[in-house]
Parts: sequence; C-alpha cells; structure tokens
Amino acid sequence: MDDGLRLNTVTIRHLDHVLVSLDLHVAPGAILSVMGPSGSGKSTLLAAITGQLSRDFTLSGSITLNGRNLTELPPQARRVGILYQDHLLFPHLSVGANLAFGLRPGLARAARRVQVENALADIGLEGFHDRDPHSLSGGQKARVALMRMLLSDPALLLLDEPFSRLDAPLRARMRELVFAFASRRRLPTMLVTHDDEDARAAGGAIVRI
Amino acid sequence: MSLPLTWRSLMPPILPALTLLALLGPVMAGLVGTVMAGFGHLPAAGLTGPSTEPFRALWNWPGIVPAVRLSLQTGVAATLISLFVVVLLVAGWAGTRPFRLLLRLLSPLLSVPHAAAAFGLLFLIQPSGWIARGLSPWLSGWDRPPDLLLVQDPMGIALIAGLVAKEVPFLLLVTLAALGQIDSDGRQKVTTALGYGRIAGWLFTVLPALYPRIRLPVYVVLAYSMSVVDVAMILGPNTPPPLSVQIVRWMGDPDLKMRSLASAAALAQLALVVSALMVWRLAEVTTGQIARHMAYRGNRWAGDGWLRAASLGLGTVSVLAILTGLLGLAVWSFAARWNFPAVLPEALSLKTWHRSAPVALATLGTTLAIAGSATLIGLVLTIGCLETEERRHLRLTQRGLWLLYLPLLIPQTAFLPGMQTGLLNFGVDGTIWAVVLAHLVFVLPYLRLSLEGSYKSWDARQAAVAAAMGASASRIFLSLRLPMLLAPILTACAVAMAVSVGQYLPTLLVGGGRVQTLTTEALALAAGGDRRVIGVYALLQAAIALLPFALALALPALVWRNRRGMQHG
Repeated sequence: MDDGLRLNTVTIRHLDHVLVSLDLHVAPGAILSVMGPSGSGKSTLLAAITGQLSRDFTLSGSITLNGRNLTELPPQARRVGILYQDHLLFPHLSVGANLAFGLRPGLARAARRVQVENALADIGLEGFHDRDPHSLSGGQKARVALMRMLLSDPALLLLDEPFSRLDAPLRARMRELVFAFASRRRLPTMLVTHDDEDARAAGGAIVRI
Repeated sequence: MSLPLTWRSLMPPILPALTLLALLGPVMAGLVGTVMAGFGHLPAAGLTGPSTEPFRALWNWPGIVPAVRLSLQTGVAATLISLFVVVLLVAGWAGTRPFRLLLRLLSPLLSVPHAAAAFGLLFLIQPSGWIARGLSPWLSGWDRPPDLLLVQDPMGIALIAGLVAKEVPFLLLVTLAALGQIDSDGRQKVTTALGYGRIAGWLFTVLPALYPRIRLPVYVVLAYSMSVVDVAMILGPNTPPPLSVQIVRWMGDPDLKMRSLASAAALAQLALVVSALMVWRLAEVTTGQIARHMAYRGNRWAGDGWLRAASLGLGTVSVLAILTGLLGLAVWSFAARWNFPAVLPEALSLKTWHRSAPVALATLGTTLAIAGSATLIGLVLTIGCLETEERRHLRLTQRGLWLLYLPLLIPQTAFLPGMQTGLLNFGVDGTIWAVVLAHLVFVLPYLRLSLEGSYKSWDARQAAVAAAMGASASRIFLSLRLPMLLAPILTACAVAMAVSVGQYLPTLLVGGGRVQTLTTEALALAAGGDRRVIGVYALLQAAIALLPFALALALPALVWRNRRGMQHG
C-alpha cells in the first residue's frame, strides 16, 4: 500500500496538558507545511513520528506510513528521514564517509565508493570524497546532510526548519534542491517551520498548530 | 597592564609555584632516589654505586617472569573490561531511567576506598564467603568451605574482578562529565533516524569525540591497575605476587640492602607501565581505523537488545558486588558465632567493636588528621591556583593537564621507594607531616579536577556587577565567589578526603611503619585473617570516606535553605 503518511487522531500530551492534536494525510510526492510559533510542539510532533519522543510526553492515535503502523516500530526500523536545523555532520569522518554512513548496507566497498561518488555529483560536490566536513561552506554542509539522509533510503521526509540557518539566496536554492529530490522520489514530505516564505515556497497544504 | 608591586600582588603567584612543587617535587625527587638506589647507590645501606648488580639480582629472582606477567595481565584485563562495561553502558542506556537509578547507586561507591571494596569482595566470593553460603548446602552439597582457589588465584581473576568493580564507577563518572561537553544527543538523533542501533550509532559517532576527553583517566586506570598494591595483597595471588607487591615486600625487608633490589624492580615496573601505555596508544589508533572502516560499510547493527541487556547486567553486578561486600563487612563486624553454611550469624554482638575500639579510635584520629590536613592544604593551593589563573586570564593547557595527571600515571611503586630513602636521609621519614606531604601529591590532582569545571563556569557577570559597585578583587573572591561555590568546594573536599583515606602505599612507605591509618591497619590485619576485626576496620574506612560526601550534600542545603536560587547549582 502506497498511500503516504497518515496521522489518525494523533494527540500528544505533556503531563496532562494537550500539546498537539492533529488528523492529517500527506500523499506520496506531496508536501505539507506545519507552522506555529516556537514552543507550539512542532519539534515534538516530528519526534513522535521518528519515535524519539521523550518520556515526559504521551502519544495517542496512530501514525501510519504506506500502511505500516509506525508507533509499533522501534525508531531504527521506521525508515523516516529527518533533516535538522544543524547539519550534524560527523566531524571525525570525511565527507564521503559521512555519506557512506547513511548509505544502506550491502555491496562491496568499491561499489559503495562508486555510489557515494555519484551521490556527491548529484549535489554538485564532485571530488569532495576525502574532504574534512569542517572545511565546507554552510550550504555545502546542508547538501551533504540532505544526501546522507537520502542515501539511507527513507520512505518519508521530515524537515525540522532545515533552512533557517542559511542566508536568503542559499536558502532558496537549498529549498528547490530538497523539494526536487522529494518529488522525484515521490516521498511524502512534512516541513516544520515558523517562516511563511518557506511554507509558501513548498507549495503544498499548510497546517497551523 | 602593570601590577603595583606590593606584597599582595606578589602573593598569588607563590601559590601556583608551591602547588607545582607539592605536586611534582616528591615525584621527581622520588624518581631520582629510585634511580640511584636501583643502580646500587644507597649510602644508608652502605652501598655506593653505580652498579648494575641490583638489576642482575632482579633478573636472577626466579619469580620475575610470572610477577611481570601477572602485573601486565591483571592491569590490562581490568582496564579493558572496565572500559568495555562503561562504554556499552553509556552507549546503550545514557539518559534512560534504569541508567539514572544505577548512577545514583554508583556515585557514592566512587569514594569507597579500594581496600574496603576489595575486602568486601573477598568476603563475598571466597570459599567460605556469602555466595558459597547462599548456595550451600542445598545446591552445592558443601557442608564445609570448599577447597577451591576462588580468591588469590594464580591467574589473578579475583584481583581483576576487584579492580573492575572499583574502576567502573570512576570511568563512568569521568565519561558522563565528558559527555556533557559534546553534542551526543544530536549525533544519536541522526544515527537513530538513519536506522543504526543505539550502541553502534554511539560507538561510531559519539565515542570518537568522547574518547580523547577520557584518555588520561583511562591511562590512570591502566597505570593504577598494573601497579596496585593493596587490592593485590587482598585478592591477588601470593607466590609469586604481582611485581608491585613484591617491591613492597623487599622495601619492608629489615636488610636495607634489599631496597636497592626493590628500586631496580620499581624501575622495571615503571618501564612496564610506560610500554603498556604506548602499546595502548597504538591500539587506540588501530581501533579508530578499524571503526572508520566498519562505519563505511553501513551495517546498522540494529538488533543490539541483548548487548544492552548484558551491559546493564554487568553494571548492576559490579554495583551489587561492592554494596553487598560492604554489607558483608558490616555483618562480620557484628557477628557472634557464624558457622559455615549459615547465611547469617547465630547472633549479633558488639564484642568485636568493644575489643577493637581503643586502637581503632586512635587510628581513626590519625586518619582524619592526615586526611584533613592534606585536604586543607590542597584546597588552599588549588583555589589559589584557580583564582590566580582567573585574575590573569590563564587557562589550563593540555601540557598543564598532563602535569596534573603525572602523579597518577607514574606507578606509586616507582617513586615512593625513592621518596622514602630521600626522607630517610633528612631524618623526617615516619612523621605524620611526611605522610601528609605524600598524600598531597595524590589529593591535589583530584581537588583540581573536581573544582575546575564549577570554578571556571561561575558566571563572571556577577563579578563584573560587583566590581562596577567598587568591590575589590579580594572582596569579590571572599564574599561572592567562595560562598556561591560552597557546594562544589565541599564536594571537592569530600573527594580529597576519600582519596587520602584510601592511600595505602604512601602511608606505609613514607610513614615507615610508624604512622598507622585505617587503611594500613586493615591491610596489616589481612594476613591474620580475623574477619570480624577486618570488618571493623574496612567498614570504618568506608564510612570515613563516605561521611564527607553526605556532609557535602547536606551542608549547602542547610546553609541555603532560604535561598531558592542556590539550591540547584
């Protein structure tokens, strides 16, 4: 069943106070923007979907991804890709090794290397395999983080204000790149932001919480 | 900016200089003394060198190969196992509820002296210990203690277990302190979303950033475990013993000439520790390369539930071993008749305590006097250094950190023999002040390490506000910084007291047998095997190390009971 992400009467409570209450559907290839001021529970909602909700919160309702009930799966098995505000590249691994870390296991080392080189070319970073991530510009780091996540072959894309640290021109290009990858792979995508422009540029439905 | 040249402005630099002298003076002088005696120059024994005779004698000692092998194998095994347990425990459980619970049980155990913990473990696992009693006779069929080498086994397994139980709390707390300095949550979020198992994700991405920050403490554990004396005397094999124990035996020989043999052995021990540290460093590099290679393969290792369970199990066992060990010490000290398979004594009595009280109380007094003096002197020096550095905007460099760790990395057996012969020449060995001086060497690093963080993270804006109102630097120090840092200062004092109380070899060698603390007394009783009296001394030893921690927690709460802003810092 390939019907994207469904949140069925999902309610997240903090202690006894209802933080988020939502019912929504994101079709494959569609983008949904979730907007709200800081503290409104946007990141908590993403944590509920990735399965990394802290113990202080309780979740009710069900979250399904292409028919699989995510709430029954451990976080590692959910195949949910997420991009954060910080690129969170591993500083002790080279750029290529960061990508290989994301790439699904299998294949011999040489074949993996080829895949990583191809992925680098996809984001315009040919020849960057052995570079220190620290030496990259902000935009380059963001692209590596995006590609590392895509290489893990996610079935859903979550974006936690991933553009807010970039300056305006870079931001527009990065947005285009992310949305292009998402629609090419027909990934359901949920963007969380407090920036109207991000939500408008996404072109999909907008939910305010 | 030039400072006005008054006695006040000259005061501060004296303290750092004194600290360095107190920290490294005895180590360096001791090493020189050991080198001279090791090469046959020991005027007190009528030996004038240089000669290689002591080394020839050491080489001809039939126990040399097994003694070296034992030191190496127990030290490396204890360090590897402790590090594995701690790394897996933190990787698999940090931030969870069981972890917090375990930590709450574990932190106070850090202050339990090694000897007390070792005695507790001994009472637990020896053939007539609690575990054997619990299994007898219903399961084992034993109606008398079995004839098994459960402790003091020739492989040193009991010794390794004793070291691991004590080093796990140390490495765990050190690791958690370092974990706060790196973004482990962020890394963990990414690895989890990429599908990595908790432990694998942590090992691949958090450990590489964390390990450099715990490297020195790991080296301390390795150097310590390879050259430990008190735990080895209690749990380790006797014939032959590990090299360090044999050094102490030779040092205690009435024939002063044996001290040159002991010094030669001490130098061999130093070389052994230095080589082990270098091999360890190489192994770190290789492990890092292998890990990066494995990370490239992208295997997720998601099914790590069994490994997490195993690590939590091991952590729990190591906590329970010390806790039940301490309980065992307590029960023995109050036991009346207690025959073998019975799990509990027939009756409890105060007889042992009454019998031991006169000597034990005097020893307790000496122990407290030494620990109190070393802590007080160390505290003045340490705060003096920190304040001076603060006023001159200096930071502890990596080299400074190595200097601080030096007394903990050089085996005690390598410099204490030299220190003793040096003090012998001045005629001040065997005095309580000489012992305080020796304890100071080990107290200073721990005081500094435990105060460093809170002293440096104190909000400097408070000082700026006060200075703007015209307060002098001394006034800011005395009426703002010190009171606000009451809790960390008391904790550091508690650590220092525990370190001093636990010292065996410095007290024994520098005290020349004339200064008795609870630790030396307990070890002296070990050979006699009177478990009730050992129970009394080991329990007192643990209590006197734990009590300051209780005070360090209680006092600030009492002093600041009407100041909400001071209650969670």
